[in-house]
Amino acid sequence: MPKRLPVDPSVLLILAGCVIIVAVGGIFIGNFFTSAYLLQQLQIASFLGILAAGAMLVILLGHIDLSFPWTLTGSAIIVTTIGGATSSWLQDLAIPLGLAFGLLIGLINGVVVAKLRIPSMVWTLAVNSMLLGIAIYYQGEHRPQGQAPELVKTLAVGSTFGVPNAFLTWVAVSAAVLWLIRGTRFGRLLFAIGNNEKAVFLAGARPERTIILAFALAGLLAGFVGILLAGYANQAYQGMGNPYLMPTIAAVVIGGTSILGGRGNYAGTFAGALFVTLLLSALSVIQISEATRQIIFGVLILAMLILDGLRRRDA
Amino acid sequence: MPVVELTAVSKAYGGVPALADVDFRFESGRIHAVLGENGAGKSTLMKLLAGVVRPTAGTMAIDGRPVSFSSPRQAKAERIVCMFQELSLVPDLTATENIVLAPSDGRFGFVRRRSRGRAAEMLARVGGERIRLDLPIRHLSLADKQLVEIAKALYCQPQLLILDEATSALTADQVERVFAVLRELRADGVGILFISHRLHEVDTIADTVSVFRNGRHVDTFPAGTRSRDEVVALMVGQRLTEFYPAREGPPPDKDAPPILAVDHLAWEPEIRDVTLSLRPGEILGVAGLDGQGQQHVLQALFGLFKGVRGSMKVDGRELPQSPHLAKRPWPGLALVPEDRKTEGLILPMSIEDNLGLAALDRQGSFLGGTSQEEARAREALNAFDLVYRSMEQPVGSLSGGNQQKVAIAKWLAIAPRVLLLMDPTRGIDVRTKAQIYRVLRRLAAGGMAIILQSTDHEEMVHLCDRVCVFYRGSVNATLEGDSLTSERLVAACLNLVEGATA
Amino acid sequence: MTGMDRRRRRLLLVVVALVVLFAAFILTHPRGFSVYVVTIWANQGVLLALAAIAQFFVVIVRGIDLSIGSIIALTNVAASYLVFGTPGEIAFGIVVVLALGVLCGFLNGLVVVFGRVEPIVATLATGAIYGGIALLWRPIPGGEIDDTLGDLLTYDVNGVPTSLIVLVVVLVAISIPLRRTRIGLSMLAVGSSEQSAFLTGIQVRVAKLVAYSLAGLFGALTALYIAFVTLTGDPAIGPAYTLNSIAAVVLGGVPLTGGVGAPLLAVLGALILKTISSLMFFTGIPPLAQSFFEGLVLAVAIGIGAIDALRSRSKLKVYE
Repeated sequence: MPKRLPVDPSVLLILAGCVIIVAVGGIFIGNFFTSAYLLQQLQIASFLGILAAGAMLVILLGHIDLSFPWTLTGSAIIVTTIGGATSSWLQDLAIPLGLAFGLLIGLINGVVVAKLRIPSMVWTLAVNSMLLGIAIYYQGEHRPQGQAPELVKTLAVGSTFGVPNAFLTWVAVSAAVLWLIRGTRFGRLLFAIGNNEKAVFLAGARPERTIILAFALAGLLAGFVGILLAGYANQAYQGMGNPYLMPTIAAVVIGGTSILGGRGNYAGTFAGALFVTLLLSALSVIQISEATRQIIFGVLILAMLILDGLRRRDA
Repeated sequence: MPVVELTAVSKAYGGVPALADVDFRFESGRIHAVLGENGAGKSTLMKLLAGVVRPTAGTMAIDGRPVSFSSPRQAKAERIVCMFQELSLVPDLTATENIVLAPSDGRFGFVRRRSRGRAAEMLARVGGERIRLDLPIRHLSLADKQLVEIAKALYCQPQLLILDEATSALTADQVERVFAVLRELRADGVGILFISHRLHEVDTIADTVSVFRNGRHVDTFPAGTRSRDEVVALMVGQRLTEFYPAREGPPPDKDAPPILAVDHLAWEPEIRDVTLSLRPGEILGVAGLDGQGQQHVLQALFGLFKGVRGSMKVDGRELPQSPHLAKRPWPGLALVPEDRKTEGLILPMSIEDNLGLAALDRQGSFLGGTSQEEARAREALNAFDLVYRSMEQPVGSLSGGNQQKVAIAKWLAIAPRVLLLMDPTRGIDVRTKAQIYRVLRRLAAGGMAIILQSTDHEEMVHLCDRVCVFYRGSVNATLEGDSLTSERLVAACLNLVEGATA
Repeated sequence: MTGMDRRRRRLLLVVVALVVLFAAFILTHPRGFSVYVVTIWANQGVLLALAAIAQFFVVIVRGIDLSIGSIIALTNVAASYLVFGTPGEIAFGIVVVLALGVLCGFLNGLVVVFGRVEPIVATLATGAIYGGIALLWRPIPGGEIDDTLGDLLTYDVNGVPTSLIVLVVVLVAISIPLRRTRIGLSMLAVGSSEQSAFLTGIQVRVAKLVAYSLAGLFGALTALYIAFVTLTGDPAIGPAYTLNSIAAVVLGGVPLTGGVGAPLLAVLGALILKTISSLMFFTGIPPLAQSFFEGLVLAVAIGIGAIDALRSRSKLKVYE
């Protein structure tokens, strides 16, 4: 069972990919090897990584959450709007409310998917669209203003002993997710449901509770990333989540998690987030057009997926 | 005239041999039964012939001409058609559509009206004339699906027809009808390879019998030249001393209060009016023709249905209507579902994970299972003599019989008080059956109450203390003691009532 | 029985919804019922209907095509370079555009079938590639399309919008073969149960490749029609079509689990979706909030399908 191995071979494949990018980048682009650059990559990768952690929980179930781009935008808007309020007790509420928003959206997704048996892809696509409409309607009338609370800025852009706080946050989230997946009944049920939900139900377990919890956690983490990004940019802006949609799913899937559910390991997701971040960064550094970047990104992702598939078939 | 000849054929899955150095010869115009326990290599043999898998070594020849198949399509091109145990019907297409798609002639164009007519004829020929042709297959019963599967194979006009447990869900009547067709085909010169665990069926129809054991071809002999005991001995390698184990200890106390009482249960149209009771330590059989509501009663008890009327009580208290409540210490129910591959087990996951599945979520706790439950699950596996390499091994890599052992053992981990089993021995070899029987006996002796739903009349007669026979959603006879005989059981299933109680 | 009844009920529901919405649209439209209004409506609807048919073919083999919008964008850009000039040049251009669409779809199929990458991620990646190429080829909208042909295909014939006639012809031309030919049934079979299809001896790979290629073909057809309506090529039209083609298929009641459904349902879903957005335009809903209502419609549509699941007598039903 892949999930029981400490390190899945595909993780090594991805880490090799990371090394190649850094090596090639270091040779052709001057500042690639500097610790400042690499630490900055870790910081940026953290946002993607936390999103991927949440997305993975849902994907392990055989579901998918496509609503996170606008969930995180919503949280960011809430945090900056309230964080910029004049009264201090309102400011203190900014972070809890931002998180609560993400959790709420996740809960709604989970309840609808688990209880109404609606395909999660379509439902979350619809939710994303609805959140987008609300956000644009709201900000169309109220110009974005306000700012992120200090704590959020510290988390997103500060560093401790030279290590970005965002990265430390990611490590903490990773530890929690790893424990959830490997050490709890919830984790075992995630895999079991992803493989065969009917058998889980017939074994007298309650798939709905696990599904709702997974979506709720994914929503919570998306809200959290929205807050961090608001701190990073010190503002919330429309479509701030959109650039994360494809990279997040790519990070999870490249990391060896089956999009059909039931198979995957967290180390792969972690490495996948690093790889995707480095790749996107390298592509933007060499200053090619957005279109070419898109093509190269697509080709590389495909190549990784096909390679991984071939390896699995041989095994 | 020899049709097919296998020479020194071997097949291994990931290094584990399934067939080892097999010579097998097979002639047209005969019905050739292949017997063996699960894991003996019969299914692998069929899959080789049908082009589902390729041999690791050895050659296959038709009329002396070497052949090699890489897909069922290529086997069909040689008019070798297989009727698979795990049905090959497409659930969302109708019976007609499934049948006309069967021949692999490589054409993509329009299906002729004539083909549709022939499909209906073929279905009628095997006794499926009442099957609705416009209904997607998924709405048909398992027995009807098997009939369509047989019709589909016939439609391809096979030269060699392979039936792998093709009649497991059919009633005796339906089997007889299918056998008549097989005899006609034999007369037309078709070669038929027939795999079944039902020895009496093999006795009825086969001309030649081959026995496989541990991946080897042990013996081939004309049907009827060996006694049943001798055949079983060939299959298992030694004589089974007690195929149906005797009861351990005294029979259940007739005056003891029932642990489970079902009163006027109804879930129309499947269940109309069912009343029955079960005492601790009792093995109650539920029998009947296919789809008389006997399976639905077990599912209703486990809380799988909505809108059930009547009462279902354990210890005099109404049962909760949900599996996760049903498996709590009270009422302590467990259900081993009919289809182990899709319902009873999670095939890609390890033996260990599957064993922990029923215990999971029991206390509603967030963390891992208790060591007590783990110990019980392992104990249960030992009682079954499960053969496995490691607990990390995916359940899907086990043979069918061994899978069923895991499917039952996972429930024993939570020590249920009432065990509900749906056709647990369907498609399972004799040795595993005997092991399952022994375990059931032991559980009953320990005070567990068991309801066994089965299509195997012999096993019910030998194992059950009492058998309730279902007919059209109600119990039309309850047989026990001297009245519990195969003949009476069959008669009751057909509603030829004598001494009926309801 | 239940399965059949449910499907008929769904068809009825979809038809009624379309009729009611269309009536509401005509009633709220400032110019009322006229050939002009209906033709504009039909042109808009047919664009999405063709895209929905493209998505439909992939959905019945239990796939999903998230690249369909990019294929449309790419072939639309191609059309803006190729579909003008002499009749011969135009004909050649159309053939090339359609071939390009088939090629894109076929490549998707190759990645899914031989690369064994799950459709959702495979087409997400190929979509990025196709979209990137479209953007490189024509960074901003422009180009030229033969307007005689454009007019011919987007006006009306004796008061009946030409696009509707085309749509009906297309619908008939694919609906009948789907359930009457071996390749059509093979695609449905593969979507319903790949294992059974393989054991039956159906050429699973061929069926999937054909389905993905057909999606590409209909993507290109959509792109051509867009070109005839807008008379330009636009690399940025993709994302909306991806989302809406899926929404249309779902709205029509075609299950994403494959193996069942008719092209008519996808087309009706597309027409409903377009009618709703036209309706919103004329009923004064703030355009900024339009996404909200699009999402809402999709959510409600998929919710209707869920009610059956909740009503079922057996709790096992939902896991099938």
